[in-house]
Amino acid sequence: MVEEKNIFEIKNFNVWYGDFQAVKDVNLNISSNRITAIIGPSGCGKSTLLRAMNRMNDLITSSRTSGQMLFHNIDIYDKNTDVIELRRRVGMVFQKPNPFPSSVYENVAYGPKLRGIKKKSALDEIVEQALIKADLWKEVKDKLNDSGLSLSGGQMQRLCIARSLAQQPEVILFDEPTSALDPISTAHIENLLQELQKTVTIVIVTHNMQQAARISHYTAFMYLGELIEFGNTDTIFVNPANKLTEEYITGRFG
Amino acid sequence: MHTIENMNKPFELACKRKLNIKQGFFLSLIRTLGFSGAITLFLILSFVFYNGFQVLSWEFITEPPIDAMTKGGIFPVIMGTILLTILCMVLVIPVGVITAIFLAEYSKPGVMLKSVMMSIYTLAGVPSVVFGLFGLGVFVVMLNFGTSLLAGSMTLAIMILPYIISTSEEALKAVPYSFKEASLACGATKWQTIWKVVLPTAMPGILTGAILGTAKVSGETAPIMFTAAAFFSPGVPRSVFEPVMALPYHIYVLATAGTHIEETRPIQYGTALVLIVIVLAMNLLGIILRLKQRKKRAW
Repeated sequence: MVEEKNIFEIKNFNVWYGDFQAVKDVNLNISSNRITAIIGPSGCGKSTLLRAMNRMNDLITSSRTSGQMLFHNIDIYDKNTDVIELRRRVGMVFQKPNPFPSSVYENVAYGPKLRGIKKKSALDEIVEQALIKADLWKEVKDKLNDSGLSLSGGQMQRLCIARSLAQQPEVILFDEPTSALDPISTAHIENLLQELQKTVTIVIVTHNMQQAARISHYTAFMYLGELIEFGNTDTIFVNPANKLTEEYITGRFG
Repeated sequence: MHTIENMNKPFELACKRKLNIKQGFFLSLIRTLGFSGAITLFLILSFVFYNGFQVLSWEFITEPPIDAMTKGGIFPVIMGTILLTILCMVLVIPVGVITAIFLAEYSKPGVMLKSVMMSIYTLAGVPSVVFGLFGLGVFVVMLNFGTSLLAGSMTLAIMILPYIISTSEEALKAVPYSFKEASLACGATKWQTIWKVVLPTAMPGILTGAILGTAKVSGETAPIMFTAAAFFSPGVPRSVFEPVMALPYHIYVLATAGTHIEETRPIQYGTALVLIVIVLAMNLLGIILRLKQRKKRAW
């Protein structure tokens, strides 16, 4: 395994939506080239924390943050941060597969084109590599010009992963990526994540505890905006230190 | 009491529907009125068709009027309306779409937005003859365009602007939030997102609005009466600063002015028929486009 270091350091981090505090004083380190899962019941702030990591919360005008969110030791909420560059390096895959209503090729080439890559041969290469990495190439190589929306749900989600990979990100944030998919597509994506983790850091929010247990190295449990427990996935699931964590993972609430 | 009576009756008698005259009367009244729109359209169409179809011929739509407009075709009239409409759309679509982008994507709720919206609604309610007078004062006289294709198109453009803005805004707002989110997560700027994702996705809707707007514009008389329309011109204008003939104005002229009002009745109805066909064809095109995009929409 590749040596790990802290790629994200989250320090005393808070997020508010208007008067409502969604994330409360969270301290958390994300290791590079590992899968970190964030679990917790609905409304616990796990998605908010994830979306704070590439500043997607900026889109919500009432949101504000305090504390530090360090990416490579640079506070991404500093006013000098280039949010565009941040989002290229820290990609995101959403709960509902959301390919653009354009061709498979155009979907994957979207990011590179934004960055001014125009040469057809270069784009072809990027698109092919990204689709191979997303384990979708074999299924779509003969229909690259078909609409991305004509694919099945699982294929669409892998297309979204390929779209993110085409940017050569360092981190990909997954916001419940399989909750809209059937079990077979889910298994496919889980295998894919374990393959991707060799080259990309993965943070995944999930309310499927088995999924967190199956694929992640580290697990963070959040409840009512607070980080209750964080540690090795094995430890969290076999021997949780906190009573709340134990109750949640044994299904006594959630 | 009614209920108690019913309860005591055997079921097969109690459930028997009573003929209710009052109810029947109102039901048939509502049914008839419900079809009033369709009936009116049918009456107008058949009336115009009955009175105008005998003048229809290939020559009627390809040749200019002759003999003080009592004979011949209406080619320059049709061309005038087409040119007015096209130039109007060329002028209004960029302005309307940019305004709609501002309203849908950039504006923040507040006094500013409210006053812009109020202005658009008010503009939509202004009678078309007022636009005609405004065009006369500003484009024809002040800017010295004269009675011309350009002045008429600009007047029509101002009249149709609120409609184009609101249909475009609706189309832009119908673009799913998840598309914007996906684009921004790819590291696109807000403008790149609008230009490459939002606008292309909304384009069919914007075009549908524009086509329906075209149908409205091509039938207007009052805005072009003082600004663009000529009583007679022999052919297609050579520049945008020349006046043009136009279908609605031509009907008005033939039906009210001159000494041959009765003689030219068939031409009047023929012209009206051409105008109606153009407007209906545009509307149909708009409706087909809308249905097509609704079917194609997979999100």
